Amino acid sequence: MKVLIPSPLRSYCAGKSEVEAGGANLSELLADLDRRYPGIRFRMIDEQDGIRKHMRVFVNSDEVRTLDVGLGASDEVMIVQALSGG
Amino acid sequence: MVSTSSRAAKPKAKSAKTPSAAKGENGPVTLLVATRKGAFMVKSDKPRRTWKTSGPLFFGHIVHHMMLDPRDRRTLLVAARTGHLGPTVFRSMDFGKTWKEAAKPPAFPKAADGQKGRVVDHVFWLTPGHAEEPGVWYAGTSPQGLFRSEDGGVCWSPVSGFNDHTMYRKWTGGEQDGTPDGPKLHSVLVDPQDARHLYIGMSSGGVFESNDRGGDWHPLNKGCTMDFLPDPNAEYGHDPHCVRLHPLAPDILYQQNHCGIYRMHRGEGVWKRIGSNMPKSVGDIGFPMVLHPRDPASAWVFPMDGTSVWPRTSPGGKPAVYRTQNAGKSWRRLDSGLPREQGWFTVKRQAMTADAHDPVGLYFGTTGGELWASKSEGAKWTCMARHLPHIYAVEAAQMAR
Repeated sequence: MKVLIPSPLRSYCAGKSEVEAGGANLSELLADLDRRYPGIRFRMIDEQDGIRKHMRVFVNSDEVRTLDVGLGASDEVMIVQALSGG
Repeated sequence: MVSTSSRAAKPKAKSAKTPSAAKGENGPVTLLVATRKGAFMVKSDKPRRTWKTSGPLFFGHIVHHMMLDPRDRRTLLVAARTGHLGPTVFRSMDFGKTWKEAAKPPAFPKAADGQKGRVVDHVFWLTPGHAEEPGVWYAGTSPQGLFRSEDGGVCWSPVSGFNDHTMYRKWTGGEQDGTPDGPKLHSVLVDPQDARHLYIGMSSGGVFESNDRGGDWHPLNKGCTMDFLPDPNAEYGHDPHCVRLHPLAPDILYQQNHCGIYRMHRGEGVWKRIGSNMPKSVGDIGFPMVLHPRDPASAWVFPMDGTSVWPRTSPGGKPAVYRTQNAGKSWRRLDSGLPREQGWFTVKRQAMTADAHDPVGLYFGTTGGELWASKSEGAKWTCMARHLPHIYAVEAAQMAR
């Protein structure tokens, strides 16, 4: 399925803003994403499987807060970096 | 509680003295400058007359530390994160030309279901391992965690002897005990006489020691004041800002603490406050402390204002370095070339360093992005760079080329 990548993570996937990855749930999808683009997962998901503080993940238009959310082949996952900083 | 005098009978020391260290280096110096917006390398010519700045590396990353591996003088590690992305370590094996991210950055173990696990917020400190253990590195994190790599910084594992110690929670305190940027494990020191013998500093927590390569730990804070809690002589809970071990006399330790400047001979096991001999109008509060590479009685500090609400800037707006050449019995003010007034410098704990030349070159970076140098052991100071981002760390390295 389609995964939209925010600019801070594009260095992991050759600058692409949109990549393909698969999985029956968000956890599996992120594992597949990390197999294809090593290191990308830990930058957005911490060691306790929490979505990092300034990252947001949407499945289609719904924000998700945990990794056990089920996914279908036609879903679109959007990873977003929150607007903050200075 | 484990005795803190367990180093009384030390193994026979191997000489930590190297020919080059004994007589002083004379090659070009590269300053590894870590900032809130990336890293910079500032390289000198051989006589340290001219300097050239390159970078930023990892532009936009928060870089807390950048270190050269003194065992090959070509490998560099960088501790980085961004405001939004998680913490990691980058490695270069070609003097910083190309970089590769750690395959397994420092991270706490996943907690059992239903339990709250710890999360590394940032890697704060990097220390190369013992000379006889090539490939070994240590990392200190926020919140307090100690990690070890045995493959040059590619894969990192928790040092569970510390991170999971039964006293960990008591030693490290809560989040309210840390710095505003989070509690930190720093000043990871490896005894050049014995790879098994380690020290760490924690803000907060205090100084701790291990005699078995991190398998077990005990506090090492006797004699160190802690005037911010009810028991000023407590065994732990202190706030060492910067702890240093002398490379040629590894039983001599110094620390710039939240509560003054201290020195310890490890055989005695008691910190002695040598900052009491600083001028009363300046005090003995600060972040960094730097040791002379060859003379164990010589050290430099950068005092800051620790009165009232703790501005943590140069006392009176008059920045100065102070030097002792007699193990803290007396201190001399060194401010030639520094602003005479309205100089409100803050120099963080990793942001002051020395090279190995003779005379020694000293360097410090400010949170205002200025880099200052002295190639006369502090007698005269020159501003090398302005307008850099907030400087977190400065290390002086001598690369193999």
